[in-house]
Amino acid sequence: MRLKLVPSETNWDFFKRWHLTFGASALAMVASVVLFFAVGLNFGIDFLGGTTIRTESTQAVDVGAYRQAIAPLDLGDVSITEVFDASFDADQHVAQIRIQQQEGHEAITEETISALESALKAIDPAITFPSVESVGPKVSGELIRTAIEAVVLAIAAVLFYIWLRFEWQFSIGAVAALIHDVTLTIGIFCLLQIRFDLTIIAALLTIVGYSINDTVIVFDRVRENLRRYKQKALTDVLNISINETMSRTVMTSGTTLLALVALYVLGGDVIRGFVFAMIWGIVVGTYSSIFVASPILLWLGVKRDWSKPSQGGGTQYANIDA
Amino acid sequence: MLQISTWKRVVIWGFTALILFMAVPNLFYGRVESHNDAIKQIDAAGETPELAAAAAGWPSWMPSGLVNLGLDLRGGAYLLADVQVADVYADRMNGYWPEVRDVLREKRDTVGSIRRVDGPADELHVRIANPEAMAEAIAAVREISRPIVSIAGAGSNDIEVRGQGDVLIVSLSDAEKTATDDRTLRQSLEIVRRRVDEAGTREPSIQRQGETRIIIQVPGLGSAQELKDLIGQTAKLTFHGVVSRTSDATAEPGPRNFIAPSMNEAGTYYILESDYVVSGEDLTDAQPSFDQNGRPAVSFRFDPTGARKFGDYTAENIGSPFAIVLDNEVISAPTIQDHIAGGSGIITGNFTIEESTQLAVLLRAGALPAEMTFLQERTIGPELGQDSIEAGRVATLVAFVAVLVFMALSYGLFGLFANIALIINVGLIFGLLSIIGATLTLPGIAGIVLTIGMAVDANVLVFERIREELKTARGPSRAIELGYEKALSAILDANITTFITAAILFALGSGPVRGFAVTLGLGILTSVFCAIYITRLLIVSWFERRRPKTIEV
Repeated sequence: MRLKLVPSETNWDFFKRWHLTFGASALAMVASVVLFFAVGLNFGIDFLGGTTIRTESTQAVDVGAYRQAIAPLDLGDVSITEVFDASFDADQHVAQIRIQQQEGHEAITEETISALESALKAIDPAITFPSVESVGPKVSGELIRTAIEAVVLAIAAVLFYIWLRFEWQFSIGAVAALIHDVTLTIGIFCLLQIRFDLTIIAALLTIVGYSINDTVIVFDRVRENLRRYKQKALTDVLNISINETMSRTVMTSGTTLLALVALYVLGGDVIRGFVFAMIWGIVVGTYSSIFVASPILLWLGVKRDWSKPSQGGGTQYANIDA
Repeated sequence: MLQISTWKRVVIWGFTALILFMAVPNLFYGRVESHNDAIKQIDAAGETPELAAAAAGWPSWMPSGLVNLGLDLRGGAYLLADVQVADVYADRMNGYWPEVRDVLREKRDTVGSIRRVDGPADELHVRIANPEAMAEAIAAVREISRPIVSIAGAGSNDIEVRGQGDVLIVSLSDAEKTATDDRTLRQSLEIVRRRVDEAGTREPSIQRQGETRIIIQVPGLGSAQELKDLIGQTAKLTFHGVVSRTSDATAEPGPRNFIAPSMNEAGTYYILESDYVVSGEDLTDAQPSFDQNGRPAVSFRFDPTGARKFGDYTAENIGSPFAIVLDNEVISAPTIQDHIAGGSGIITGNFTIEESTQLAVLLRAGALPAEMTFLQERTIGPELGQDSIEAGRVATLVAFVAVLVFMALSYGLFGLFANIALIINVGLIFGLLSIIGATLTLPGIAGIVLTIGMAVDANVLVFERIREELKTARGPSRAIELGYEKALSAILDANITTFITAAILFALGSGPVRGFAVTLGLGILTSVFCAIYITRLLIVSWFERRRPKTIEV
């Protein structure tokens, strides 16, 4: 009667085709880097500076007419996109207008915004402006810096923690998986040209957190099985560990994805990019724990004798009694 | 074996019940909010029947802490302001001038005559007649420097003095600049707070960020521009002697004078004395009023020192004009008719009623010590916020139900235990958010949804482990015990690493991102608590009562 996504006993060999999976990951990473330099990210105003204005009207959005109305203002690069969402009413038409940073201003001048608003009002009297956001160049520069700092710091902290709790080989494996996940997420954002703003950085860090969570679960089992099967080859130990944790991996990824998909479909367009990044990250993060972190562990080799307490790390927490 | 002492059970359930109790007000958001507002108003302005009724809408013995809704959910205005702290250096140097002048005059025999000359705004330049005596002049001026009273600046003095040819240069030391910057920012914060409070909006948040910045968030305000109008103006009011009136904007004002445009008459400029007679700091009160012709005006009153200075000045200068200057624009330049002794007066200009009210507010709240520029601004309409709340609520509910069903299908009875723990978990998150007075943002809601998805992880780990142990262990009770014991290390490792990233996000993030970090971090804490205490307690209690021979997980 129970819902079982994974059979109770699995005996899959995850390393039989490791050339293929590892190669695919490497290829995807290279492709992401190429995309990043060739196409680039669709940075939001958080990172570029400028203004975004959200318009809402009972009349249909006519991007061409909007563009014509704004053109005489000479605002430089203006991007207008219509926003669609299942949660909108039938007569709710939303668009997003993005204006580049105006030269010589720290924050956008109020005259520009009101000129733009009245230009649009002239062609569509029913239009309203539910949100207006401006970021000056000084702040956007800092935001980029802090964002990069945050991601690097998070990865470094995780590297250190895993090294403390396991062994250095584990931390290399875990961090390789993290870099893999972050790179691929940036790659998909380049490919689909989804707007990359500050909340996506938050999503990236959550992916880092989730991916490491997943990797640690597998590693924890590897450590345990290394003690149990002292004679078995490392490949077998890794395989046994991944198989044993498979059911949990699928359950947890399943429930998390279930929740995120609900948010993606119903949560409104404002956070859709953010939720997309997380869904992608969880899929990639689950994959990388098995197909990136573990092969690297295999490749680096690990200490096999865990019977003696080690000096470098690998201490387990004392059990907590409820 | 599977035993949990009674006192531990009491502590776990008591703690859980307490935090859940703190979350209760959020279920009655509107009612509690009007209760809180009413209490605040009664406190400030006395009781009226309507307010008393609103206050009675929520029992006072219940907790009344609510999860604040962020600007993206409630609508409102956000500004990130940069305080131009260097503006203050010029004022400081002007403040030193009389003292420097006095010590150098005492040395007139050796130094010769002295004259202040123009230099960079943050330095005081004094030309002395005998450059040979520069060393002595420097030593004399150094005498008036004071040691800095602060930990960071210990051992250094407030000013630096050096000579350059026949010009003696006084400037602030770096330590003094740091101390001054800090003071400037604190004053600015205080004045911004007073101005926003005077405008009477609900729950504004005014925070310092870094060395020179202020974040201002005011829910319910129509636009960032309104907020800028309120806090952007320096509102420095000064009274100056008038040298002359001109229509030439490029006229040479002469030494120690400056030129300022008229606020109401385009093309008219006044040449004014740089040293002011009295300033806004000498005011004790300002109110909107009307002049004798019924036009809007602002009446003000000086404090005793200000009244004396103003009285003396008017007595000495009957018949000559003086200028009332606001932020370097001349509001009006009346001629002194008589000795004004009472220390009160009226400012007339071509004000509208709104302008005079606004000016009175600004004058009462005080002038900003330095100008502010705005680096970032955001306006969010209330409807957009309402839409986001609605979408967030629906998504959270659907996610919640989906996860509950999934867990029940996968683990049967144990899944139900995990589901009870999950419901408690969400309650705990809201309870904790209310207790720490955190702000819920749209990404914060995403954090909660993510937590709902991830919270089952710890339970899943335990259940999977129990399943495995059931194959080998001697009985169900042993299997449950071993399941918890062996899963613990994985649970802690996995959650600590996620918590580390949440902490980094909190430390480096700002605004909505921070809101996400808060709910994610709290969610990790509560889900671990729920998994290793609450679910376990539920399972153990069930097991004790039923004593099943076999269990199915």
